[in-house]
This record gives sequence, structure tokens and C-alpha cells, in this order.
Amino acid sequence: MSDAVFGNRAPVGAPMSRVDGRLKVTGAARYTAEIPIEGVHHAVIVGSTAANARILDIDTSIAEGMPGVVKVLTHRNAPKLPAQVGKPPASRVLTLLQDDVVHYNGQPVAVVVADTLERATDAAHRVTATYDAREPLTDIRHAGRKEYRPESANKEADSASGDAAAALSHAEERISREYTTPIENHNPIEPHATIAVWEGDQLTVYDTTQYVVGVRNTIAKTFGLPADNVRVVSRFIGGGFGTKGSTWSHVPLAVLAARETGKPVKLVLTRRQMFGSTGARAQTEQRVTLGARRDGTLVAIRHESVSYTSRYEDYLEPAAVITRSLYACPNIETTHRLVQLDLGTPTFQRAPGEATGSFALECAMDELAERLGMDPLELRLKNYAERDPESGKPFSSKSLRECYRVAAERFGWARRKATPGAMQDGDIAIGYGMATATYPTNRSKASASVTLTSDGRGGIDAVVQTASQDIGTGTYTVMTQLAADALGLPVERVRMELGDTRLPPSPSSGGSQTAASTGSAVEAVCREACVRMAADGATDPASMAAWLSRQPGRTLTVRAESKAGKGDDDYAKHAFGAVFVEVRVDRALGEIRVPRIVGAYAAGRILNAKTALSQLIGGVVWGVGMALEEKTLVDPRTARYMNANLEEYHVPVNADIGALDLQFIAEDDPHVNPIGVKGIGEIGITGVPAAIAGAVYDATRIRVRELPITLDKLIMGGGSAD
Amino acid sequence: MPVTLRINGRPVTLDVEPRVTLLDALREQALLTATKKGCDHGQCGACTIHVDGRRQLACLILAVMLAEREITTLEGLAAGDELHPMQAAFIEHDGFQCGYCTPGQIMSAVALLNEPCGDSDDDVKECMSGNLCRCGAYPGIVAAVQQVRRAGAR
Repeated sequence: MSDAVFGNRAPVGAPMSRVDGRLKVTGAARYTAEIPIEGVHHAVIVGSTAANARILDIDTSIAEGMPGVVKVLTHRNAPKLPAQVGKPPASRVLTLLQDDVVHYNGQPVAVVVADTLERATDAAHRVTATYDAREPLTDIRHAGRKEYRPESANKEADSASGDAAAALSHAEERISREYTTPIENHNPIEPHATIAVWEGDQLTVYDTTQYVVGVRNTIAKTFGLPADNVRVVSRFIGGGFGTKGSTWSHVPLAVLAARETGKPVKLVLTRRQMFGSTGARAQTEQRVTLGARRDGTLVAIRHESVSYTSRYEDYLEPAAVITRSLYACPNIETTHRLVQLDLGTPTFQRAPGEATGSFALECAMDELAERLGMDPLELRLKNYAERDPESGKPFSSKSLRECYRVAAERFGWARRKATPGAMQDGDIAIGYGMATATYPTNRSKASASVTLTSDGRGGIDAVVQTASQDIGTGTYTVMTQLAADALGLPVERVRMELGDTRLPPSPSSGGSQTAASTGSAVEAVCREACVRMAADGATDPASMAAWLSRQPGRTLTVRAESKAGKGDDDYAKHAFGAVFVEVRVDRALGEIRVPRIVGAYAAGRILNAKTALSQLIGGVVWGVGMALEEKTLVDPRTARYMNANLEEYHVPVNADIGALDLQFIAEDDPHVNPIGVKGIGEIGITGVPAAIAGAVYDATRIRVRELPITLDKLIMGGGSAD
Repeated sequence: MPVTLRINGRPVTLDVEPRVTLLDALREQALLTATKKGCDHGQCGACTIHVDGRRQLACLILAVMLAEREITTLEGLAAGDELHPMQAAFIEHDGFQCGYCTPGQIMSAVALLNEPCGDSDDDVKECMSGNLCRCGAYPGIVAAVQQVRRAGAR
């Protein structure tokens, strides 16, 4: 296989196949719900059928008498838990059967525990509740809405540099447009799942999560336990995309059910239950106002975003944050307002803010380019930011110009016609579109340990441990490469252990930060081990093995922490890219196909060319879904999710994805972090919806400003032709 | 009620209620967990298995319906330590990220080798569109399937 090309050394960057690949293609990788636990019982959540309501009555008598049922928990018999002290949004405000208040449809109102899944499911269907429900609010676009600026949310709500109002009033050209994005659900193929096992006052939680340490902290707080009593394990995670970054209500409910029944309890959400209580991307309404000189120079940008949150917690979809840093402009104003709806709290979803915000900003740039009679790419180059407009700092590195150039050339952007609707192929209208992609480079404190052992035959085995997670991103693989490289060992001699709170703590697998954070810790600890051995003159594998064989147990263990240090704030840190798309629209049917997408991205050092490319591909596929397919529908009468399944909530299927020509631009960044990497998990989705919207306009002269761009909006005139 | 299923060439006797799906019987009772549950409604393809060599969705079949039939799950695909060419091709082309839809993808892909699917990439995409991959590993999946088809494997 291709690994053989690199012999038994896989230098960082090589396209090494996943170290957990064999486990995944043989079915040997055990995901949370598959951990065998003797005597495990099954818990099934009963979700409310109302929102904005109080429970008048809940009847569990039939369920309790059914075969195999050992417990039915409701707000009437659930033990009172310590008041929640977590700080949103990382620690979410949960709904844990503590009172009769029902905020959202699908909120847990009972938990049934039985000896088999079928018996628990059957009994759950026999629990009946009646509600005093008031009319719910389910859409931010309603009359008389109350907007507010969140005081303490996940992001700063407002920003202002210069004087956007004054600059707009004097601008030679000005456009102001409104764009909307719908509620979108993450829908990882593996549903949320938890197994809780109590042994005395010691608790083990197997959970499918992007953040084992976060789950441990939430459970410890929720149950008033010392953190050391709680172990959380998550070795394989079937996709997360943000929904598994927080600890949602079903996790403590599984723990509670296990404690109240004295049984190990497994709780797996149904696909329907994945809508409501585990977050979603918030619906947004964004107005972008651009002022420019006739030569295309931006003089002012105003980006105002309204999104929803729940009645019980502020979560801000930071859609306008991207506008603070993307284009050079002296006057930039951004605002975020929230509207409370009777839905579950929304949450992070792949490129939270950047995905929604880049749709609005980049579509507006296209509309301005058209007004000015400029090529959309030319307008972006005209306003290229050499320094970060928000902080005024230099970028640690920025290769966006090269991304534009390479992607435009590979795409054939020069063949673009200046007039929309100019390219036809029989009944098919062809359009080109492009957009800028960007995502900030985040880093959090992380720690890792390495244990080196002499095998007694001149070889060394390394075990590297950190409580990070591999949600499909390739963490096991790239950390193995980093460690092997730093230690000078073949990758086969390095074993990576992740996903267990007994290992040195690491941050959440979110914000595209794992390589930068955990990777820096893994490299640091391996280098530290080498330094210790080098102090005794052991500097090559043979002398290191000899040194180790003289140690007690023939072994050395080193642990280290890595975090941003002095001078780290001197630079603005972002990955950038450029994405170009071609669409083909059937003029009679309105059917939109995307036969090809070309993208070039600069994201610092690439640790594994194969898994990194998959990250880009995944992000771009999400961009296609966001542009053309994804929308969660809510019944305005009951706040019930109407397409809470994988048939009617449309995600891209294989046949939806055309040729993807994606590549990384080499970028050497000595400032960004010790290992020179930027995040690559989220940048792929950014820009794609705007590029597709621009291409659809180029093909049809219909500007759809409301995602998703479905064929009805082309046939029925849901967009606007201008 | 007791039912004896032939799974991966071996008889397995389970005691299941008539309402138990093959998927839950495999995962919860036989502890054969390669077959995944993504939607439980026949919409995602994660539970794709072979029944008498043809691809089926285990979540839409009751376990008691399959006595006397030959059931193959992903666990039965490799010959001992030697991977099926499709499994090896999925690794080589990175036809997955999180790996959760992968068993269903591979079982679909192997069944496809014996189906009247056209030669082109578009044909493969169409034939594989019953298996959702939320990580979006579709290009790698198509590359893996095509490599195995061109090598003439079955």
C-alpha cells in the first residue's frame, strides 16, 4: 500500500493512511453505544410534544407496569440536583427533569429504563403528558420581535472602527442587502450516545463527545462529585461537527437513570431526538451595507446580524465576526442581536459565524462588484487586507493572493463572461462564482505525556497520551506522525492514546484547534524526552535505547503542558483560501448541479496531506449542503421539528458532489504556534455557499439571498432578478 | 422467541422478541457492532448488510424473518487478517473520516460489484447514494470503488 512509499518513517506532512483505518474498515472500532457492559439497561427519553408550556399532568402508570421496566423518571420523582453553576455556552443550561417548565418541543419530560431497548422504547411511547401551552415563537422573522444585545455570550456582540455611518453617507457607491440562513442540524451519522456505569461513588461515562474533559466537568458539577470520581471515555466518535462539543441534557439524564436504578444504563438518542435538545446552527438574518469608491475601494462596511437563542440561555451565532478581519476598510461596524424563540438553544456548527457570515458578506461583495462593473475577484484583490483590520496587527502569515491566483487559474476564471446568463449548454444555464474562505487559528492549553520503553533488543516503543478526541479529523494519525518525528522513531513504534479523562487534559475538538493545541503539546513532550536523554549523551535511536535500558523498568515517562506564551498576541492568525464553483441550472426545472469546485487554501504546515485533504473535502461538501439543501423546518403551531429525519432533512449524498479540485498552498508560518499549523476542519465550508449563490446568479440572473437555494426559488421567483 | 441466524457463515442462536430488528439483534445481542445505527428508518444506509449476497438495510428487517438466510456483516468480509480489497481501498483512498458510516459504505460497495452499475464515476455515485457520509468522504469512496472494480475483484 501507499504507506510503503515512506518505508517505516512517516515524516510529518506525508499522506500516511489513518492509523485507525484498519479498525474502522473492519468494524473493530467500538463507538460509544457498542461498548459491551454486563447487565446494561436501556434508557429512552420521552420528549415533550409542546413548547412554551407547563406540564399539567404526566401519566407513567401504564409504562411502569410494562414488562422489563425498572424505572420511569419525571420531574415528579427525579431527585433535585445542585443548582447549575456552569457558564454558558461551553457548559450549557440543561433541562434535567427539575421542574414542570417546558421550553422547547422535544425537551426531555421523562426517562424510561428497561432491560431491553424494545421494552424501554415501547414503554416510553405509553407515557402521556398534558400541557398548558402558549403559542410558541419559532422564526426570528416575526412581527414585533424583541431584539437584544447579549451581555455575556460566546462572542463580543458589537465592534466599530472608524465611522461607518459617515463614510456610508459620502460613499460614491452603496449597496445594502439582506441575507438569511435557516436553522441547520448537524446530523452526524452516529447519534448522541451515553453509557453510565456507577461503582460505589465512582462513575464511568462512555460518551460520544468532542470534549471528554468538558463532559467530566459538567457531570461532576451537576452531581456534586469530585472531578476525580468521574471518568469519561470516548475513543471513537462518529462525527460531531459541533453538536458533540457541549454536554447536553441526555448525558446527565443517563447518569441519573443509572444512579436511580442501580444499573449500568445506555441512552442513545433517536434521529428525531437529535433535533431540539442537542443544538443547531441558528437561523440568521443579516444586513450587509457596503460603501465604496467607483474604483472598488471599500470605504465602509456595516454588517448587522440577528439570530435566535432559546428562552433560557444566550448563544450567539457570530455571523458578523468575519467582517471584522476579511477586507481592508477604515470604517467597519458589526452588530449582533438575539431574539428568543421557543426552541432548544442553538450551538456551534462547523465554522460557527464564518459559515453564515461569509455567505452574507461575500454575496454582498458580488453584488457590489456587479454594481461597479468589476470582476468579483478583482474587487476582492482591490480590498486585500495586508494587516488585520480589526487589531491592526500583522498576520502571522497570509497567502490569500496565492490562493486566489492558483484557484482562479485551475478553474479557468479568465473564461468567465462579464454578463450573467451568457453561458448556455442547450437547456442548461452555466454560471461561475467565487468567494474568499477564512477561519481563525485558535489554540488552547493542552497537555500530553510520553512513555518510552526499551524493548531490550535495541528498539524503543513509545506510548503518547492525551485526553483529546478523534472525531474523524485524523487526530490519532497526525499525533502519531508528530510524535514519531520528534522522537526519531518509526511510526509503527508509536502508539497514540486518546479520549479518556485519565490521560493528560486536552481541549475540545472544536474551533479547528486540535492540531495547534494538542499537537504542540505532543511535540513538546516528545522533545522534552529527547532533551532528557540527550543530557546523558543519548542523541540517536541506538544510544537512546541503550540509555532507556539502564533506567528503572527500562522506561522514561515525561509529561508536559503547552500553551500560548509571551509575544503570542503580536500577530493576527487566520487560515485563508479561495473557492471557485461552476453550476449548471436546468432552465425548465430549476435543478441546480455543481459539477466542479476548485479551491486553494493556505493553512500553515500540513501534518498529513491525505487526512488534511479529507478535511477540506468534508468542509466543501458541507458548503454544498448549506448552499442547496439544508434547512430544518419547524411547525409554527407546536414548535415541533417537521423534518427531524434523514429523509426530509437533506444532506449531500454521493451523487450531489461533483469533481472537487482542492489543494493546499505551501505556507511556512514561524509565528502562529510552535508547530506552524493552522486549523483546517472548518475553513472548507466557508465561502462555498456564497460562491454557489454567485454562480447561480451568473447562470440565471436570479439572486437568491435566502439559503438554501432550492429550485422553487428559481422557478417561483423566490429570489430577485436585478 | 429463539431464532437461529446464519451470520458470517456461522449459526447464531438468539432469544428475541418478534419486534426486534435485525440491526438491534446484531448490535445488542450478538454483539456484532460493525453494523451501525444512524437513523433506524432506512434513510442513511449505515446498517447495510448482505442477505444472500444482496445489500439490505438491517434496520428494516425483523430478526425473526431471516432464519435460513445467509447474513453477512462487515465482520465477515475480511478473510482472517487479510482485508477484502474494498476495505484496503477505503483505507488507501481515505474513503472515510469518522468511520461510522463506513461499514455500510463498504457493504454497499462490495454488493455493487455484482450489480448492473455502469462504468462511470457518475454511475458509482448514483449506486452509492443510499449511503450517507456526513464527513463528506464521497470522492474517496468513489475512488475506492472504482479501483476495486477496475482490478476485477468480486
